[in-house]
Amino acid sequence: MRVESVEPTASTPPPRTAGSTKIHIERRSAPALEETPVVFDVEDAEVFYGSFRAVRGVNMKIQKNQITAFIGPSGCGKTTMLRAFNRMHDVIPGARVGGKIRYHGVDLYGPDVSATEVRRRIGMVFQKPNPFPKSIYDNIAFGPRVNGIKNKADLDVIVEKSLRAAALWDEVKDRLRNSALGMSGGQQQRLCIARTIAVEPEVVLMDEPCSALDPIATARIEELMRELKSRFTIVIVTHNMQQAARTSDRTAFFTAELDSKNDQRTGVLVEYDVTAKMFSNPGDERTENYITGRFG
Amino acid sequence: MIAGAKLPLDLRRKPSWRATKSTLMSVLMGGAVVAVMIPLLAVLYSVITRGGGVMFKEFPAFFTAEIPLISRKAGPGMGPAILGTLLSTGGATLIAVPLGILGAVFLHEYGGKSKFATIVRFMTTVMTGVPSIVMGLFVYLTWTMRFGYSAFGGALALACLMLPVVISSTEQMLKLVPSNLREAAYALGTSKSRTILTVVLPAALPGIVSGALLAVARAAGETAPLLFAVGAASAYNPHLFTEANTSLSLQIFGNATSSFVAAQERAWGAALTLMTLTFLLTLVARTFTARLALKR
Amino acid sequence: MLDLRGKSATGDRAFRWIAIGAAALVLLVLGLIALVMTSRAGPVLSKMGLDFFTSSRWSAPDGIFGALPFIWGTLFTALIALAIAVPISLGVALFVTQVAPRWLKKPMVYMMDLLAVVPSVVFGLWGVLVLSQHFGLGRSFLTAGIILAVMITPIITSLAREVIETTPPSDKEAALALGATRWEMITAAVLPHSKGGLVGAVMLGLGRALGETIAAALVIGSALGQITPNPFAPGNSMPAVIANEWGEADDMHKSALIALAVTLFVITIAVNLIATAIVQRSMKRSGGKT
Repeated sequence: MRVESVEPTASTPPPRTAGSTKIHIERRSAPALEETPVVFDVEDAEVFYGSFRAVRGVNMKIQKNQITAFIGPSGCGKTTMLRAFNRMHDVIPGARVGGKIRYHGVDLYGPDVSATEVRRRIGMVFQKPNPFPKSIYDNIAFGPRVNGIKNKADLDVIVEKSLRAAALWDEVKDRLRNSALGMSGGQQQRLCIARTIAVEPEVVLMDEPCSALDPIATARIEELMRELKSRFTIVIVTHNMQQAARTSDRTAFFTAELDSKNDQRTGVLVEYDVTAKMFSNPGDERTENYITGRFG
Repeated sequence: MIAGAKLPLDLRRKPSWRATKSTLMSVLMGGAVVAVMIPLLAVLYSVITRGGGVMFKEFPAFFTAEIPLISRKAGPGMGPAILGTLLSTGGATLIAVPLGILGAVFLHEYGGKSKFATIVRFMTTVMTGVPSIVMGLFVYLTWTMRFGYSAFGGALALACLMLPVVISSTEQMLKLVPSNLREAAYALGTSKSRTILTVVLPAALPGIVSGALLAVARAAGETAPLLFAVGAASAYNPHLFTEANTSLSLQIFGNATSSFVAAQERAWGAALTLMTLTFLLTLVARTFTARLALKR
Repeated sequence: MLDLRGKSATGDRAFRWIAIGAAALVLLVLGLIALVMTSRAGPVLSKMGLDFFTSSRWSAPDGIFGALPFIWGTLFTALIALAIAVPISLGVALFVTQVAPRWLKKPMVYMMDLLAVVPSVVFGLWGVLVLSQHFGLGRSFLTAGIILAVMITPIITSLAREVIETTPPSDKEAALALGATRWEMITAAVLPHSKGGLVGAVMLGLGRALGETIAAALVIGSALGQITPNPFAPGNSMPAVIANEWGEADDMHKSALIALAVTLFVITIAVNLIATAIVQRSMKRSGGKT
């Protein structure tokens, strides 16, 4: 599917949205979106917290070496869905994942599957930077050490590689033994990214990684994401639409619907498409309302 | 009354019964503080002057010399008692602290609100209230009767007293470790046990150490349990498992009722030694708590 | 095909079981204590029946054991200790939280904590050689009560302090804004709010007083058979009699002493549990830390 560079013109979006804020898509002409292999195949997925169904009926395929963004208003299940990909719900008593989430064909929640193994391949960066109260070096080396790498020389190489990939090396190379807690918020988040990629996962999940950061730090992380795309598959939850439009290849829009049976608001996947198309010509009216700022 | 006329404004303090009463009560409260200070200062005074006397008369001898078998004989020392205290208290620490930390780890990291964990927590509170003499009798009936008096019996009795205290204080510290640190470790594919050992416990360590030191300080001063477990030896006994032993607390207890001034003097010296030991432990515990507060 | 089974998780599981074992130790030890102590107390209880608790005759050579004097002694000294310690602890707690200027607070708290660290046997030593001999107070319920009071004051004070500090500042400000004096503000805002917690703190102090052995044993006087409300009389208490008579007791005698210990255990635990429940409930209600 060829996507042409999209400039906001008078004829797009459709006339009925005249008067509402048009978002500007700052894109150079986007390269063709290749059909890379499918990494996650999600079929009718749903997540329960006890008897409360937080999200339901999710069907999507996430592709390798692309950035997929989950957007939507608060409480619509995007973070819940994200955490299902690396079995983070396991640590919450009473949480349950239904439907099927296949990772390279293997059911993530199958009986033989070890959550720890899953998480070694599917990493996660959190909303609030959470470095360990250890040195910068020990933060990065933590993952490799867990995986059995003890040799100091090997660890040194990994630490430098990861910090370079996270664009942090030059800033911290002389203070690797200092506590990670002494860094600024933006640096800490880049440290967390470096820590995650140090174990060389295939997928990096990001849960609103920039929401606690200032715009400059945010821009640096977005730049980082673009660089990392070639090595990793990235799925990012963001409440910042512009960020999704700027950085992602595909976007999934979630919203919360009132379940008539029990008065609960359950998240649903409304639309999932190539980003450029979704932001210029969304298929669903709800998507359009959200994107144009009518609500949310 | 002419509108707008100024009324004389008198805001001076007026004598009143209410104000006097309030001041009186404040004075009474201050009196309470003085009342508390008196015994503290009196005890400190007696211990330092009388204890210091015998301790410094022949300087290191007090710490190393044998306890005179003939109580009437004046002069130092308390060497065996110091060793006995170290053996019993040290042994108790080695038993109670690791077990207590593990127990707290279970309660906070695995047990949560389960019925078993709730029962254990409740029983821990019950156990902190067991009178020390009951512990002593218990150890007598189960250990001393079978294996005779020994420093180890004392260690067992003290460990029983220390265990619930260490569990409670450690659990409090574990609660303070933010959950996002655990999440970060899980997301890197770390198993739960490894997360606890390499992330959670190190993060909680200053608080855990502080709580443990306070428990040790209290155990060092205990007398009743040792009466039934350690016996009443007077000679040096470096053997942990065999032969009756003694301790600073036992010596104080025994000599307090002696009619010989020399023995009483030694009791004061032992009291000074014991108090210095407990004060030092408490001081170190405090610095750990202070460091904990600093980190936040 | 991707292998997501992972290496064996036995290490992880083993750690969990070790942790469970450590926690279960508490249950084990408590259970053993209950079991062993009650079984050894059996003989004397089957011999004396309920008379053990109601009779005041305690004569080892005759094999007659009535524990009433010691139960009385324990409770009486605890009562004296409370009578002295409660007003003082309350006064100190109020002073530190409401009256003392900021620069004075920290050193005062420090001093109270210092008092808490002094081993009870040292208080006992001081009590015997200074209070009772030097100042001539002799060995009596009163002397024991004073020593106990000194020992439990830090506990009651620190807990009372915590409870008082959960008083919402708005309540205090409301009183002051109406022109109340400091004392009136305390009676109007602080005390009503802290009532429950203070009761709990006092009971916790009581629990500690009941369990203290050594200090009491040294100065109480070890007199037999005395059930008198006279605080100046020498008396006896359960822990004191256990400590003093154990050395030369025969089997039945030992059984009696153990029965005393069990009685003490039950009373102390009951008081502590009620106290903890009261304190936790009052902290929860006022939003303080539990």
